[in-house]
Amino acid sequence: MSTSAEILTLPSRPSRFAFIRGLRLSGFPLIPTVILVGIAFVAVFANQLAPHNPEVGSLAARFKPPFWETGGSMKYLLGTDQLGRDVLSRLIFGARVSMVVGITAVLFAGIVGTTLGIISGYLGGWVDQLIMRLTDTWLALPALTFAIFLAAIAGPSMWNIVIILGITYWTRYARVIRGEVLSLKEREFVRLAIVAGCSKWTIMRRHILPNVINSAVVLGTLMLGVVIITEATLSFLGVGVPPPQPAWGLMLSDGKQSLMVGRWWLTIFPGCCIMLMVLSANILGDWLRVKLDPQLRQL
Amino acid sequence: MPNAPLLELENLSTHYVSAQGTRVVRAVDDVSLRIHAGETLGIVGESGSGKSTLALTIMRVLPPAARIVSGRMMFEGEDLLQKSDEEMQKVRGRRMAMILQDPMASLNPLFTIGNQVGESIRAHEGASRATAWNRARELLKAVRIPSPETRVRQYPHEMSGGMRQRIVGAIGISCEPRLLIADEPTTSLDLTIQAQYLKLLRDLQQAHGLALIFITHNLGIVAKMCDQLAVMYAGRVVESGPVSRIFNAPAHPYTEALLNSIPRMSDDRQRLTAIDGQPPDLSRLPPGCSFAPRCTRAFDQCFQAAPPATVSEEGRTARCWLAAPALGATAETVLHREAV
Repeated sequence: MSTSAEILTLPSRPSRFAFIRGLRLSGFPLIPTVILVGIAFVAVFANQLAPHNPEVGSLAARFKPPFWETGGSMKYLLGTDQLGRDVLSRLIFGARVSMVVGITAVLFAGIVGTTLGIISGYLGGWVDQLIMRLTDTWLALPALTFAIFLAAIAGPSMWNIVIILGITYWTRYARVIRGEVLSLKEREFVRLAIVAGCSKWTIMRRHILPNVINSAVVLGTLMLGVVIITEATLSFLGVGVPPPQPAWGLMLSDGKQSLMVGRWWLTIFPGCCIMLMVLSANILGDWLRVKLDPQLRQL
Repeated sequence: MPNAPLLELENLSTHYVSAQGTRVVRAVDDVSLRIHAGETLGIVGESGSGKSTLALTIMRVLPPAARIVSGRMMFEGEDLLQKSDEEMQKVRGRRMAMILQDPMASLNPLFTIGNQVGESIRAHEGASRATAWNRARELLKAVRIPSPETRVRQYPHEMSGGMRQRIVGAIGISCEPRLLIADEPTTSLDLTIQAQYLKLLRDLQQAHGLALIFITHNLGIVAKMCDQLAVMYAGRVVESGPVSRIFNAPAHPYTEALLNSIPRMSDDRQRLTAIDGQPPDLSRLPPGCSFAPRCTRAFDQCFQAAPPATVSEEGRTARCWLAAPALGATAETVLHREAV
């Protein structure tokens, strides 16, 4: 084997971002991505985008319909609610609540669940038994009822909701990740790390964690929808984000009495927002799952 | 040859115990072996004869179902069986290293070569990232990877099989161990690469003065690579000693049968010689010699009692009732160890 020939045949290093080209291959869900990015954009720049203060209304301008209906005005594009607050502004700030709660709760649940899943799967034995029985117990509890119970104890606040959702949903990660780890720890490179004298923690951190991140990301995207729906449900039931703050679920709840008297804009708009966001997250999550799973991709 | 062996196994037994404790598989049974610094010990045997379990026992990385039930493992004057898991972790990779059966799958696809070759150095010597990286580059050069500067930054999928193999070898020697255990490292390689790799192992061994335990079922490789040989059958070492002596005059009928089953170009035989029958179930060993049912020279005693190890003065051992004459000139100095 000559050295010079070897150098000539070396392929040029692919760019670090080459995988993006690979991902684009087929069926990229463009519209859901645009919707999610749009909602994220609105959430970040809510202060600049919202025409009115979302928490302060003028009682003189109660129940104004959207601008295209009789009685509507361009001042309140999507109308006003029972306290005269601008619906559009509340939707814009509501996006911030949904995004912050959704993403942080998914991260929180993901970090707790992935850590416990890796420890459970890799260490095995009584640690595994303990964590998995805990997970079983957790999964036997109805998630929503459990979340309501926790929320009632903890009291209403946005960050409490994040923690509650994290506590409610970490088990899904733990289960999936543990399964991955069980097959991963039989792989030869993990054995090599063992015979090379790496400690258990080093192996979990360096060899197991990077190999399960894919699954955790996919699960996270799919969980985003679930978490947002749950947050909206909790807010709707009055145990979620406390009232002056504009959360979509809260708006639904506030608007439901006046729905019967024809003030549809109070419920339809936040309902559509929740639906669009959850649907987008689910479609994107599904696509990612297929893309990042080599077994499904081969088909 | 120095007198104190680097590694000495005495009456070592490893059993696999089923969950209910009802089935006991004697994977390694009463094994005594010794290896000196700079020596190469070949361990041969059929699949399931306990070779790999023996290697895992020496490294103490057995699966949870396995138990080391008895024996001693003296390594550089210390009994490895007395060590705690933490102490063993410091021995593994640093003082004894291992090359696994499938080096093709032994590299983590997510990390660069340099990162993985340097891992052991960082774990054991607390070396900085930069030091480990430089050492990794030197190691790649040592295992004759062309253009190590480039290769060190690449990922496993960018390497050929032979290269990955050598990289695994580089990881093995990265902390300059005293003992390297290679568990069938060449089975997944084609013959030319195999020869290259074996030569590399030999060179590394000579350069670093390390002892090499070479586990294989290829007697041709043993003849080329090893100084000492241990033949395993049904969890026991049935014969051990210097390679040339065993090849010239095998003392155990199983060794003889193995040697006869190597096909040779010069043969005019039409059929390959095989050993009739199947190896025994390790959880239900026959009362006598475990090879007796397949042995052409078995007689009554073989079925009643397992033969003890017969040891000759020059260091050959054989577990056969008929071994004494075959062990030759030193037959009168044969001593019987206590029967199992």
